Amino acid sequence: MCGIIGVMDRGRKEMDGTQIRRALAQMNERGSGEGAGYAVYGCYPEYRDCYALHVFFDNIHENKQAVDDLLGQWGRIVHEGQIPTYDQPNLRKIHAPWRYFFKPEKSLMSWSPSPEDDIVTHVVMRINTDHRGALVISSGKNMGVFKASGWPEEVADFYRIQDYRGYLWLGHNRYPTNTPGWWGGAHPFNLLGWSVVHNGEITSYGTNQRYIQSYGYHCTMFTDTEVVAYLIDLLVRKHRLPEELAVRALAPPFWDEIDVMGERERKLNTALRLTYGPALMNGPFAIVVANPSMMMGFTDRIKLRPLVAGECGDRLYISSEEAAIRRMEPSVERIWMPRAGEPVIGRVNG
Amino acid sequence: MTIGSTPPRYRISVDRDQCMLCERCITECPYGVFRRNGERIAVNSRQCTACHRCIAMCPRDAIDLEEQPVDYRSHPVWTRGTREAIYNQARTGRIILAGMGNAGDYPVIFDRLVLDACQVTNPSIDPLREPMELRTYLGKKPSRLEIRNIGGDDVELVTELTPNLQLETPMMIAHMSYGAISLNAQLSLARAAAAIGTFMGTGEGGLHQAIYPYQDRMIVQVASGRFGVDINYLERGAAIEIKIGQGAKPGLGGHLPGEKVCEDVSCTRMIPLGTDALSPSPHHDIYSIEDLKQLVRSLKEATEWKKPVFVKIAAVHNTAAIAAGIARSSADAVVVDGFRGGTGAAPRVFRDHVGIPIEAAIASADAKLRQQGIRNQVSLIASGGIRESADVAKAIALGADAVYIGTAALVAMGCRVCGTCYRGLCPWGIATQREDLTARLDPDVESEHVANLIHAWTLELSELMGAAGINSIESLRGNRDRLRGYLLDEGILKVLDVKPVGA
Repeated sequence: MCGIIGVMDRGRKEMDGTQIRRALAQMNERGSGEGAGYAVYGCYPEYRDCYALHVFFDNIHENKQAVDDLLGQWGRIVHEGQIPTYDQPNLRKIHAPWRYFFKPEKSLMSWSPSPEDDIVTHVVMRINTDHRGALVISSGKNMGVFKASGWPEEVADFYRIQDYRGYLWLGHNRYPTNTPGWWGGAHPFNLLGWSVVHNGEITSYGTNQRYIQSYGYHCTMFTDTEVVAYLIDLLVRKHRLPEELAVRALAPPFWDEIDVMGERERKLNTALRLTYGPALMNGPFAIVVANPSMMMGFTDRIKLRPLVAGECGDRLYISSEEAAIRRMEPSVERIWMPRAGEPVIGRVNG
Repeated sequence: MTIGSTPPRYRISVDRDQCMLCERCITECPYGVFRRNGERIAVNSRQCTACHRCIAMCPRDAIDLEEQPVDYRSHPVWTRGTREAIYNQARTGRIILAGMGNAGDYPVIFDRLVLDACQVTNPSIDPLREPMELRTYLGKKPSRLEIRNIGGDDVELVTELTPNLQLETPMMIAHMSYGAISLNAQLSLARAAAAIGTFMGTGEGGLHQAIYPYQDRMIVQVASGRFGVDINYLERGAAIEIKIGQGAKPGLGGHLPGEKVCEDVSCTRMIPLGTDALSPSPHHDIYSIEDLKQLVRSLKEATEWKKPVFVKIAAVHNTAAIAAGIARSSADAVVVDGFRGGTGAAPRVFRDHVGIPIEAAIASADAKLRQQGIRNQVSLIASGGIRESADVAKAIALGADAVYIGTAALVAMGCRVCGTCYRGLCPWGIATQREDLTARLDPDVESEHVANLIHAWTLELSELMGAAGINSIESLRGNRDRLRGYLLDEGILKVLDVKPVGA
């Protein structure tokens, strides 16, 4: 089932985590107390030029050295330390969350048009496929993912999420079927700037995962959601598709609709479906995905999962339930239900 | 040895209480099993091929057929088949010819794969109430799209797409030549392909004028004999297929016995009347992969790069690497023909012993192309041994874009899989050129039967997809997660990239 929510302030005005904690808890009916998580953009202004790597170590003394060495090979650790946590009575701490602020050495991948991003992607994939007691859960600049197994309030209190401030937040309340209790299986999923929260099941996962792997991405989290982050990274960052078209590739119009479009539109949509057929996502899903400059929500082509959007001044809200939006913003100005496959997109001003 | 030294394969008996001496069996049987003898129908069972024509046409259900009525002493190694092959070769000193596909006792992998369905965590989709998309495009796809912003939020497509074939269902009718099958049979198949919105192959037999009205639905074949190939032929087809090999006889060319080369066939194939049409084993201008590339490009050049060019190979041990080579040759699709693929005539030793099953071949070719990052360069078409819609779903989940059906389409027109195609006496009017026999096949009726079959399979495929929570065929393609192997060994599961049941 799962409950998802995202909020962004187009004017980059910061919000602390109090409200999203409350909104997510409003959807506890959609969760099972076995996973919750938050992503926040704008939380590390003092290290804004560094990639913030959030890592789950099984234990520090045994697993950390290998990650230190790998990062040392590819760049410089500017700052690092444990992510502060506060024991909660019902939350069993099975990982030690750690964060690195990392600067990759561009010249080591000089052939790439985006060497820094590619180095970080490589490092993340290496660590996560090595299975040596370390898992990178977020790797963007000036952002971070905080997640664990528990109810949204417990996880929020465990990290004291209310102490972080950011202009864009995602939250996820999990009802797991695949990997209950595993912290890595909680959402949001992240790669570089992209974070994803997802409600549903991607029945095309077998196709999507094999497609994305032929581009050098490795699915390591044993769940279908991470593939969304990688697909968006491929389509938007590497293939430079506008976000709307990337969403249209993932949840395209039906052929019946394409057949009656004007010629230019028809050609474009046909080409999208032909080229990105293996990226098409099937199955019931509602997804909110964000990067530092935008947030968008969309559903599968026949909207088998709920998604509702709201606006209030500069703020855009996207969530599984209207109640959660109203919990955050009782005086919300506009509420609407996007149609199946139709993206809701908000961009940071400027 | 005398002919009496091997026991008859079939025994025909006529129930005299039922029989009304209408003599229809005598008229219908081209093999001479029946004759009138006074007040009864006399039978020569030795002539019988188990084609069932007499049984189907007898108005009183008076005819009975028994297979292998006389037992040999049973022996696990020296089976009936091995012994009879030896008797046959001792007598003739020749290669034994056989029809249809592999008759060896190999397990069918399709039958050890099971499909998935939704329960609770994801809803199944009801194709009666929701759209279900089976439309398939065959041909090259770009690896990425180039988009140009033309002011505001307006974008324009920069990437040019190469020609693709548009199918309304991922099933096509396989290459069966005019010559191997009758014109009426080909006409029926062509009309069915047009009605369904799919395509069919001409085989290596040229394109008869009667098929011209359906040329937009024809994939014209260029095989090693080059029978019937000229610029007119190439330009008429919707696509061109180079046949390197076929699953029933990998490593060999085609065999059309001279008995089937009548005047019309000789004209269409551009060969002399009554000659055996034996196409060479290799193409005499293809001795390596770069030669294939030249042929692909020559055919494209001749048709102004307007038509997709497919390359068909038999499924052999190294299929995956060969497919990767073909993907680099400018070809638009690779057809892989598994060892169960049927044929009109093939040496028995090849039919039963050479090549590999389509399931493994298609899975490994798909994996290899993805590993090399060139899966988009070609479509993959699975052929050979597709018997039902579940096989279609499984082949697609193993990585195929579409399938070819051959034998199944013939069965829809009455074929009883007797495997005697090479004698040219097909009582159903399919694998024959004898006019009285071909007249038995009415294209108006049989085109509808074939179209019905493909339509029914398409409906079943939609239901299977909907139950698996998938509403678009591209999400089934290569989706091994929707398959599980039942009692398949670890090695083959690894090749198929499929988990065992319960995992």
